This record gives sequence, structure tokens and C-alpha cells, in this order.
Amino acid sequence: MSGVTASEVPAQAGHLAAVAAGPWQLARRRLLRNRVALVMAGVLVVVVALCLCAPLYAHYVAHTDAFASNLDGKTLVNGKLVPVMKNSTSGLGLGVTPVGPTWDLHHYFLGADQQGRDVAARLLYGGRNSLLIGTAAALITCLLATFVGIVAGFFGGIVDGILARLLDVLWAFPVYLLAISLSTVLIARGVSFGPFHLESGSLLLPITIIGVVYIPYVGRPIRGEVLSMRRREFVEAAIGLGATNWRLLWSDILPNVVTTVIVLFPLMLAIDMLTEAALSFLSIGVQPPQASWGTIILDGQDLLYTRPTVALAPGIAIAVTVLALNVLGDGVRDALDPRAKLRRTD
Amino acid sequence: MLRFIARRLVSMLFVLFSISVLSFLIFFATPGVDPAARIAGRNADQATLRAVRKDFGLDKPLPVRYGLMMKKLFISRDLTSYVNRGAKVIPQVTEAAPVTLSLVFGAAAIWVIASIAMGMLAGVFRGRPIDTIVMVVGLVGISMPVFWLGEVVNLLTQSRLHHTALFSWVPPLGYTPFTRSPFGWFKSLVFPWITLSILYIGIYARVLRSAIVEAQEEDYVRTARAKGLTERRVLFRHALRTSLIGFVSLFGLDFGALVGGGALLTEVVFGLHGVGKLTFDSLQNLDLPVILTTVIYAAFFVVAANAVVDLLYAWLDPRVRRA
Repeated sequence: MSGVTASEVPAQAGHLAAVAAGPWQLARRRLLRNRVALVMAGVLVVVVALCLCAPLYAHYVAHTDAFASNLDGKTLVNGKLVPVMKNSTSGLGLGVTPVGPTWDLHHYFLGADQQGRDVAARLLYGGRNSLLIGTAAALITCLLATFVGIVAGFFGGIVDGILARLLDVLWAFPVYLLAISLSTVLIARGVSFGPFHLESGSLLLPITIIGVVYIPYVGRPIRGEVLSMRRREFVEAAIGLGATNWRLLWSDILPNVVTTVIVLFPLMLAIDMLTEAALSFLSIGVQPPQASWGTIILDGQDLLYTRPTVALAPGIAIAVTVLALNVLGDGVRDALDPRAKLRRTD
Repeated sequence: MLRFIARRLVSMLFVLFSISVLSFLIFFATPGVDPAARIAGRNADQATLRAVRKDFGLDKPLPVRYGLMMKKLFISRDLTSYVNRGAKVIPQVTEAAPVTLSLVFGAAAIWVIASIAMGMLAGVFRGRPIDTIVMVVGLVGISMPVFWLGEVVNLLTQSRLHHTALFSWVPPLGYTPFTRSPFGWFKSLVFPWITLSILYIGIYARVLRSAIVEAQEEDYVRTARAKGLTERRVLFRHALRTSLIGFVSLFGLDFGALVGGGALLTEVVFGLHGVGKLTFDSLQNLDLPVILTTVIYAAFFVVAANAVVDLLYAWLDPRVRRA
């Protein structure tokens, strides 16, 4: 150290400060440079904001109740008052056709469904449920998977043997079949675990089911990471310094796993939203009178050829949201940890 | 290799056993509800409930009940629906299976061929428009709900554009058995195949593209070039072959997701009466014996298919056998 003159030290320190931004700062800079990911983040913010405004839209703009059927109502189309459900003029004159999209924000912007409800308002309310279920399920998956992965990888031995086998079996069980079995059994009458009782119509059911079935997707990579981390020098050094298990887990293992979880979260959210839509479409997800984008597609299936907007609009909403999440997720991965993989995509 | 096969088969049996136990527990031992009432369906009378209790031995301990269920599913194969009184379940599943298999294998053929072509083009012409197209198609493909895509396809081919020359040949929704009319079978399945494969083409092309890009940096590819082989030979015989290894193992995983989820939803939308549609119909009236059977049969099929893919994988790449 004696060879370093006084004038050199500050210069070197300044140089280091410029280079040595923390990993989080570096990641943030990289993400902010990724234009496409930023645009997609903007899209997501808009979608979430719109869905949060659902009650405002229903009360103050469209003046409808998105959950009450309105079979005898009338509405304004091009300044004329027409019935929401129009009697069929062809064939036997049986059956009714709901009013189509008026593209007028105040009167059935996207038309009505078979119960005369405003599709635009339902789309916004449904979006809340879809986003809520996706987010909550992704949180459950990430939290439980982190816990299971860390415990299995860190403690090894019998604990790892049991947990890893469990993850393997869940992994081998096709996700949709597992989710379908769980939903079928639970959806009709709900479930009780001791003091906890989940009602059959509760959103917590699909949230828990979707959250649980995807645990191996996140748990397996985390377990592997922890397994290899345990043999790394910084962990051995901490052990050598006499760190307790708790301290090792909390300040050495966990911070290194967090990036993987953050990277996987948006991609999980995307998968969860698609799963929710599929379960709701199969009528074992969100239960009526509640709506989600999946149930609205199901509502629109019978009207597909006469009033396609009912099914098209929620599908577009799902596709746009999930696409934004996937692109943003890829961006986050490239910024934080380019090696993390949910699916072995690239 | 023999040892690998033996080990893989043992682990497959373990997984099959665990899956059957897991589904048994889901259907028969979830806390809070009487399984008899669930199996008997909505509005079942006392006599039906008693019959269910006797049939599934619900007064006996859990392991006995598990044995009874396995016997009904695989040995005596006499599981009956309680919603449609007396209808045997397993013949329904075996009748529906060819429809699902036609759908899945056709779609898989399309997406494997198309994605190999696209992936190779993107890998060779890195940074050109085709590369971007593959990227975008891949992302959009995994972002759409398959049942919704199917509805859009139906809307165009069955209704809005059906009168145009382009789609006037498309038959009404439904399935034509291959034995009755091979061409009719093909026509009835073209759009379901395309719908299902769109989900996977882009993502598989991306996987292959990055593997090929990686392979091009490898020493053996440089050696092949240095030997003076033609670019085509280098690409097909050297780069592509090793790049396909990751592709094959990904295929095994997705095949499961496909039989369990993608195919189910596609069948519902296109009115194909396969195993998925059978599951969907029984979900509508909560016909539990049917759901139980389709879930376990499909899960077993998927696990077996995965084992086959793993064996193929080990055959392609000897390093795997030592793992």
C-alpha cells in the first residue's frame, strides 16, 4: 500500500464509484434501456388502471349494473330507443338477440350478453378478477416455492428426499388435469381445513388451486440453485465464521434466490392468467354472478356467430395483458439474470 | 443403456403410483365433504347414495378404498356414471381416445415440421426480418388462450368467411372417423390442428434458433467448415442434430400439457368428441366417475409418453444415461 501516492487514491476511488453500481442499479439501468419492455409495462399499467375503474365506469358512464340481467330494458342506438334484447325476426321468431356493439361509451359500448348485461362493464369487472387471481396465485406460487425450494436444497437429507419427490410427482401430473381435479372436487361445496372454510363461490378457491399446481415450476429451479449454492465459497466462509443456519438462510441464501423469483414472477403471472381463463371457461373457475375474462368468453360462445364481440373482447384483453407480461418478463430476465429459465425457451 | 431403461421404468412406476394416490386423495379424501354425495352427483336420492357407499367401500379404511378404485379403473373396468344411470365409463373413454390422438398427433406433426423450418431459417439468418417474425410469433403464440383462438378461427371459417372460396370447403364442426372417410377426417381436423399448433410453433422455433446459434460457435462446426464441407451439410448434419436434443426434451413436457389442457380446450371449441370434450361435458353436470377416469387415464398416458421421450433422449445423447 505504501507505493500508492496520496494523489492516486481519490482518483481511483472516483473511478470505482462510477463502475461499481450495485447489481440492482445495473439491472434497473438495463431494464430502462429496453424500450419494448417499457412500452409493455405502460400497457400493463393502463390495463390495470382501466380495470380498477370498473365501478366508476358502470355507475357514472354506462349507468348499468354489470351483474343484474336486463332482459326488458331499452337503450339508445343512434338516437333511437331500441330494446336490449331484440326478438328474432327469422325462422319461427323464437329466441332473442342481444344488442350489438354501439361504440357509444354511454350505451352498451361493446353490446350486451345473453342476459342483457353490458359487456364493456363486465369486461372491466372481469379484468379485476382475472388480474387479482393471477397476481395472488403467482404470489402464492412464488412464496411457497421459495420456501420449499430453500428448505429442500439447504437441509438436504430426508427433508430434501421427501420434498423433491413431491415436487417431481406434482411436476409429472399434467397441470391442467390437476387443476381440473381439484376444482371439480372443491367448486361445488367449498372446503374446510380446521378453522378455515372456503366457500364454493369464493375467489380464494381458484387462487389457491392455481397457486399450488405451479409450485414445481418455481420450486425445482430454486432447489437446484440452493443445492449448488451450498457448496460455494461464500457460504463456506460464512460457516467458517460460525454463522448459524438461520443467519446463513437469511443473509446468504435468500438474497441470492430473490433474483430468480423476481425473474420468474411476471412469467408465472402470465401463465396463471391463462390458466384462470381456461378454468373459468370450463366453468370450474370463477363462479357466476362473478365475472372474469374466461367466463365472459364462455358467455360469448353461444353468441359467437351473431354477436362475436362478446367473446372477442375478453380474449383480446387476455392476449394483450399476457403478451405484455411475457415481454416485460423477458426484459426483467435479461436485465437481472439472463440464465433463469421457466420454460427452456432460449 | 439397459440400466438406464430399467431405472427410468422404475421411476415411471413410482410416478404412476403417486399420481394415482394423489388423484385418489383429491377425489375421495378432501376434508369437509362426503365423497358419496359428490360421486352421486347433484340431487341424488338416498338409494343412490347407499349404492355409491357400497360400490366404493366408503365405510372401509382408505387403503381398501384405493384398491377398490384401482380395480374398478383397470381390472374389472366396470365404473358406472351416477348422473347417466348405468352408463359404463371406460367404453366412453376408449371410444373418445382416437379423436384426441388424431388431434394431438396431427397438431404435433405440424408444429414440429413448421418450427424446425422456421427455427433453422431464423438461426441462419440471425438479425434479419425472419428472426424478428419468429420471435413475435413465439411470444404471441404463448400469450393467447387456445380456446379463444379456436373461436376466432371458427368465426372466420364457419361464419364470416365461409361463403368465400377460401373456406367454403370447411365442413361443419365435428369429427369424421378416419375409417369412414380419410379425406373427411383430414378436412374436419385441419383447423383444429392449425389452432393447436400455432401455440407451439413460435416457441419451438425460438428454442431451435438459439440452439443453432449456439452450435455455430462450437468447435466441431468450425472443424466441419474447415474440412470444406458445404454449408448445407454443416447445417443439417452437424449443427441441427445436436440442436434437436433440447427440442426433443421440451416436446416431452409439452405433450403432457397438450393432452391435459390444450387438446381438451381445443376439442370443446371445435366440437370434437374426444376425451377432453368428454371431460368438459361431465364437468357441466359434475359427473365425478367420468372425470376421475379421464384424469387418471390421461395422466398415465402422459407419464408413459414422457418416459418414452426420455428414452429417446438418452438414445440421442449418451451423456444423459449417466445423469
